[in-house]
Amino acid sequence: MGTIKTIALTATAAAILTSSAAFAACGIAGNANVSIMGNDFPALHAVFSAAEQCAGDGVTVTKNHNKDYKDLMVPALTANPAEYTALTVSNGTLVTLMNDDLVRPLDDLVAKHGSGLNKSQLVTVNGKVMAVAFMANAQHLFYRSDILEQVGMSADELQTYEQVLTAAKRIRDAGLMEYPVALNTKAGWNLGEEFVNMYLGTGADMFVPGTAKVSINNAHGVATLNMLKSLVSYSHPDYLTFDSNATQALWEGDKLALATMWGSRTAGVLDAEGSTEQVVMNTDFAAAPSFNGGTIPASSLWWDGFIISKNVSDADAEASFIAMMNGISTEMVQANNDAATWLIEGYKPSKAASGVTATAMNGAAPYPMYPFMGALHGAAGSELSDFLQGSESAGQALADMEAAYNVAAKEKGFL
Amino acid sequence: MPHRTFFWFIIPSLAAMILFIALPVISVITQSLHVEHEKVLISSENCGPFGCKQVTIVDVAATTQLRADQPLGQFSGFDNYTNRNHLAFDEVGLAWEGSENIGIFIKKLLNLPFYKALAFTLTYTFVVTPFVIVLGLAIALGVNALPKFAKGPTIFVSLLPMIVTPLIGSLILFWMIDGEGIIGASIQYLFNDPGLSLKASPALTWMMLIVYGIWHSAPFSFIVFYAGLQTVPADTLEAATIDGANRWQRIRYVVVPYMKPLVVFIMLMQLMDNFRVLEPIVSFASEASATSLSWIIYKDLTSDTQLFGSAAATSMLTIIGVAILLLPVLFRTWRDFSRTAH
Repeated sequence: MGTIKTIALTATAAAILTSSAAFAACGIAGNANVSIMGNDFPALHAVFSAAEQCAGDGVTVTKNHNKDYKDLMVPALTANPAEYTALTVSNGTLVTLMNDDLVRPLDDLVAKHGSGLNKSQLVTVNGKVMAVAFMANAQHLFYRSDILEQVGMSADELQTYEQVLTAAKRIRDAGLMEYPVALNTKAGWNLGEEFVNMYLGTGADMFVPGTAKVSINNAHGVATLNMLKSLVSYSHPDYLTFDSNATQALWEGDKLALATMWGSRTAGVLDAEGSTEQVVMNTDFAAAPSFNGGTIPASSLWWDGFIISKNVSDADAEASFIAMMNGISTEMVQANNDAATWLIEGYKPSKAASGVTATAMNGAAPYPMYPFMGALHGAAGSELSDFLQGSESAGQALADMEAAYNVAAKEKGFL
Repeated sequence: MPHRTFFWFIIPSLAAMILFIALPVISVITQSLHVEHEKVLISSENCGPFGCKQVTIVDVAATTQLRADQPLGQFSGFDNYTNRNHLAFDEVGLAWEGSENIGIFIKKLLNLPFYKALAFTLTYTFVVTPFVIVLGLAIALGVNALPKFAKGPTIFVSLLPMIVTPLIGSLILFWMIDGEGIIGASIQYLFNDPGLSLKASPALTWMMLIVYGIWHSAPFSFIVFYAGLQTVPADTLEAATIDGANRWQRIRYVVVPYMKPLVVFIMLMQLMDNFRVLEPIVSFASEASATSLSWIIYKDLTSDTQLFGSAAATSMLTIIGVAILLLPVLFRTWRDFSRTAH
């Protein structure tokens, strides 16, 4: 396995070197500064490194990977000129930047340099291109086929969360695992995301259409909360501290049989590191289940893409766009095929991407791009844990969430 | 000293205090009285990799104009202090009227984020502070009785918990008590219960945070007491020994009275420090079970929806809280001071 890895790495390096020779300076005219910031995970490393190949001939390219980029981005882009010319964002973070008018419309640059893009990669708001998406992500089901087999179930019987609960019960009753289920339920952002995902599975709106008025304190909300509570009853009692790193470690440590985790974790689970042959061989992915008699997967689709800062000169903006286009080139995808579920021409979907693809095919909704969505997400993350721990009713938890949302939305000027 | 000389004498420190203390506090007060300007919402069609959808967006041009007119946002008076995320006057009033007994009222009160945080913050402060003082004195007395060659290394080792950054120290402990960690796995093995976890219940989480707090702060009080012990006059101790006092009596009637000003000093520092506990809550991911006032501020400033006015209001409430906590100690010190002065 080690040798294969080395060969793969060498091939990757060779591919990047060749592409750098072929695309040196990438056709950027004149002097320009390109500085890119974004989150810190392998797929983005590949994109940024490929964009970096555009340096030279009076063009400088600097990059910054930061897990806390969400906290830095608004002040960094509010400065004039902006600290970063380009930023990789997701559907959740784009809204935050747009609320403060920090994103440059890209129609002119797409017309000039974006011929290689799929139309579906263009993220448009009110008819203007605001971002270029290059990869997709979603939480979906991870399952252990060997354990399912031992309790006499197959993957086809995991279409709904009710079926997942049945499987979990059989696994527990068979004495195979006491806590076979995990979701990313760490109080805060992660738990908020689980609420949003489950609620989207009901197909209902979270807000009164056309307004910032929240409407989750209803039968859909109660069904959502009850399903989350049923699922965590099969999770280890530590579940309120489970983030992606924790659940991945549990999975690789042979402690889980059914989990809803991010698509961006599949490659890490499938690689040879940190796990046993038994776990890796029997790990499989499926679409996020639906629930409560619905057909929509209880998950949200996320894209990652790039934007260009509003507060930079036209020359820098154009250079940044060209550099990012080089970053998301077909060559980059071919060299890093399994690092993400790419939306780029030339991508060959692999097993690692099967869960995200299936979730999208089954009609999951994109993560809502309301400007006030962050306030509801935050309220869900902090007000749900009392209910899950059994110290308050679903109705009370939903009322608390609405109250917390109303205060935050009022302070942000939405209500 | 003539007034003129005195004035020139203190002007540098006065200027520094205005610049670095008074002005920031005034700015925070101003911030706490405002909420963001109104956002103008319009409907728009958003398209992306997963199709198109009609959604509400912020009308950037109109909102920018509003912001230019009111750079500070909308004046909201004390709304940020009285709303549900802070003192929650309305909710507390309703809870009081709607509760049959005090137990139900307290349960409803602790369901509000500010009071939930305040409950843990006060418990943490009032449990950790006395433990730190007693434990620190005990360690100092122990180390002081050691033979000379052993003192240096012992002091160094005893100081280690304070040297480790709180964020890192608590993260290490968090991993140790994990089901896969050395402490967590040992406990599960001892009690033969794979579901037993220190992170799972609020009571155990509180206990763990408090134990961490004592472990982290005891070295501070130890080193202060140890320095103090070097100044206890040997004559008095010797006289006490000749008078037949045993070790415990010497400590009780000679050493402890000498340490009294240091106890006040450590108490002041610890009350202030513990009241703004933050790092262990972040590292232990204990949001579900225990939060603190500082943690609320941190959350307001780092979440997707940054709430500056709310954070500023909590900051002011924290300052008021610290002032109330320190008042009795300061008053006592002042009284003792004026008594000796006259």
